[in-house]
Amino acid sequence: MKTNFFSEKKYINAYLVCAFLFLLVGLFQSWNVAFSILNLCLISAIMSIGINIQWGNSGIVNFGVMGFAAIGGLCGVLISMPPTLEVWKEGTAVIIIILFSFLVAGILIKRFWKIFVYNKYIKILLSIIVILFSLYLIKSTFIPSISFVENTNSAKTGYIGGLNLPIILSWPIAGLFCGVIAFLIGKIALGLRSDYLAIATLGISEIIIYIIKNEEWLARGVKNVNGLPRPVPYEIDLQKNEFIQTISNTLNLSVIELSSLIVKGLYSILFILVLLLIFFLLQKAIKSPWGRMMRAVRDNEISAEAMGINVKKRHLQVFIIGSAIIGISGAMLTTLDGQFTPSSYQPLRYTFLIWIMVIIGGSGNNHGAIIGGFAIWFFWIQAEPIGIFLIELITIFLSDQNEVKLYLLNHAAYMRLLLMGLVLILALRFFPKGIIEEEKRL
Amino acid sequence: MEIINAFALIINYIIIPGLTYGCQLALGALGVTIIYTVLRFSNFAHGELMSFGAMTSILITWIISYFGISIFPLPTIILALPISILITISYCLLIDKYCFQYHRKKNSKNVISLIVSIGVMFFTSGLIRVLIGPNDRTINDGERFIISARKFKEITGLTEGISLKLSQSITIIVSIIAVAFLFWFLNKTKTGKSMRAYSDNKDLALLSGIKTENVIFYTWLITGTLACIAGTLYGLDKSYKPFTYLQLVLPIFAAAIVGGIGNPIGAIIGGFVISFSELLITFSYNKFLSYLIPINFLPEGSLQILSTDYKIAISFIILVLVLILKPTGIYKGKLL
Repeated sequence: MKTNFFSEKKYINAYLVCAFLFLLVGLFQSWNVAFSILNLCLISAIMSIGINIQWGNSGIVNFGVMGFAAIGGLCGVLISMPPTLEVWKEGTAVIIIILFSFLVAGILIKRFWKIFVYNKYIKILLSIIVILFSLYLIKSTFIPSISFVENTNSAKTGYIGGLNLPIILSWPIAGLFCGVIAFLIGKIALGLRSDYLAIATLGISEIIIYIIKNEEWLARGVKNVNGLPRPVPYEIDLQKNEFIQTISNTLNLSVIELSSLIVKGLYSILFILVLLLIFFLLQKAIKSPWGRMMRAVRDNEISAEAMGINVKKRHLQVFIIGSAIIGISGAMLTTLDGQFTPSSYQPLRYTFLIWIMVIIGGSGNNHGAIIGGFAIWFFWIQAEPIGIFLIELITIFLSDQNEVKLYLLNHAAYMRLLLMGLVLILALRFFPKGIIEEEKRL
Repeated sequence: MEIINAFALIINYIIIPGLTYGCQLALGALGVTIIYTVLRFSNFAHGELMSFGAMTSILITWIISYFGISIFPLPTIILALPISILITISYCLLIDKYCFQYHRKKNSKNVISLIVSIGVMFFTSGLIRVLIGPNDRTINDGERFIISARKFKEITGLTEGISLKLSQSITIIVSIIAVAFLFWFLNKTKTGKSMRAYSDNKDLALLSGIKTENVIFYTWLITGTLACIAGTLYGLDKSYKPFTYLQLVLPIFAAAIVGGIGNPIGAIIGGFVISFSELLITFSYNKFLSYLIPINFLPEGSLQILSTDYKIAISFIILVLVLILKPTGIYKGKLL
């Protein structure tokens, strides 16, 4: 029991350090900055929990974080924006044709796969023919309607629009939707082993981003969707509120600052609620026999299979759960930003940074994933000041007008990449178990 | 005449760019394949190593042109290449010593090495941006064209022109030299043979007296050389932008995997498969067909399979398809 108590203390300490850093930023930079860092820390923490359940608990290497986050964001748009009605009146027939051809193609391919079990080439050839034919069918009906959608009021909408529902609803729906996509991806890709799975998921996530970027009818592509509705009140409405005005007078804060603080604080509360919900559900799952089974699969697939565990099924299950969590956080991210910008999805920021969070925090431990998310995002934001400080320290003997020093100071923003790489390499070498190591369980 | 025009069109828009891009991809894929087959991990940092090589080439070119040395019709960067190759190799050896060696000795899982290589990728890309900045740099100071489209039209009297850039021909020639040298090294020299033996069966190779450290030293030597050449050639052909090299990692992996990872010939074939399929799938065949069949029979609309926006995505699609349908690739490579 003693070891249990010790590990508990360790993560509490880590949380206290995080809170202390938050206070420091609030006091020395500004509370606004502190809250915006906190919000993104919370979202990163949810993403890294999603990866942690896949990598830390089950050993699946999923490099497709970016793709799932983007799909989550897309859900945010498609749920919350008002629909473009004139488009929908025209497009019903097209949708029916598309769905029908997808259905027929799917059924045909499945039949071929069953009939020609032993002849691989006929199987693949026939499937390709069916796919090409259905693509032709879709293309011939689709292209005119696409250009119709994209040309109706293209400066403002030019896409199919959404369902005009409250944006909070998009969070669970994004989870569901990402789960479905993860099921499809998992069905075809999970047979691959670690290295290949990593490359495949990275490739798939790039394909997803390309589709979202280039299919303008879906979510305006690179033209971005702005002005998503919010789950929290707008600053301007708050500023008119008399109660807020009296508070701002007593606190000696300007109304503008106070209102934006309140908005950010409300976001933080929402995000904390989601984080806690996901966290407790997962903790329950990990402590249950199911979690034990997952760890058995992770540690030794062959003996787990010998014990009668269906490894493939477990992998698929956990891949879906983790991806759904990432999807939820993606939807939360677009909610926070109030806009959907497909070109901002970069693998460096969304996939690899999240992985660094999990590794640094301690894979296999959800507390670790949260701490990692907090620490790395904090570091990512604050790396520029740290970089400037380091450069000042190194070049302390040079004069202020020295060209080398000025040059380095100008490029200090890129120190964050360098430092992040360094942190990852050092962490894997000197504390491979992360800040908070995995609890020892039977 | 019509048929010759059609061929000229294909040569100009598909064969020449395809060969150039294919060479660049093949050189990159060779590096990835060799690391994979000897050290057993997928090196995600390879794109950044290429970028590092290109960056050192540019920095050395600046120094060389500062002294007023130039070989005018050829770009000055050719002179800088040998020195930058040496620097890239030393960088590779350094990262191996401080990042990969520890995990190799500890016999960590290859996923751990893969994650370390992501750390190296971050570090290197940060280093490059701190040293040279994120901006676009044109480094081709030599003659632009060997033969321009206009000149070609004047000489032959065709309506379609073929243009051949100097950078393109340099890319192809240097790649051929590098690959020939690599194959000579792997097949004829004792060290090359020991490398192949090591990658084929590690324990047997160790038993027969092959030194691990030697093999790994030569592996990084080859990888550094190939990365530097590939990166410099890519920068010379397009222009040097640090962020493009990150996007190049996946096409390179695609090339290596399509050919069969772990197989040098496969890597080369894979590079050309990727580059030509990118061009063939996004090429608009309207003009090509208008030379071959009467205009009345031409179908309406553009005859493109996919729009050019999806050019890079094609390599990802091929990558995913190959991984799912035939993970061993064309030339049966090693499976994990």
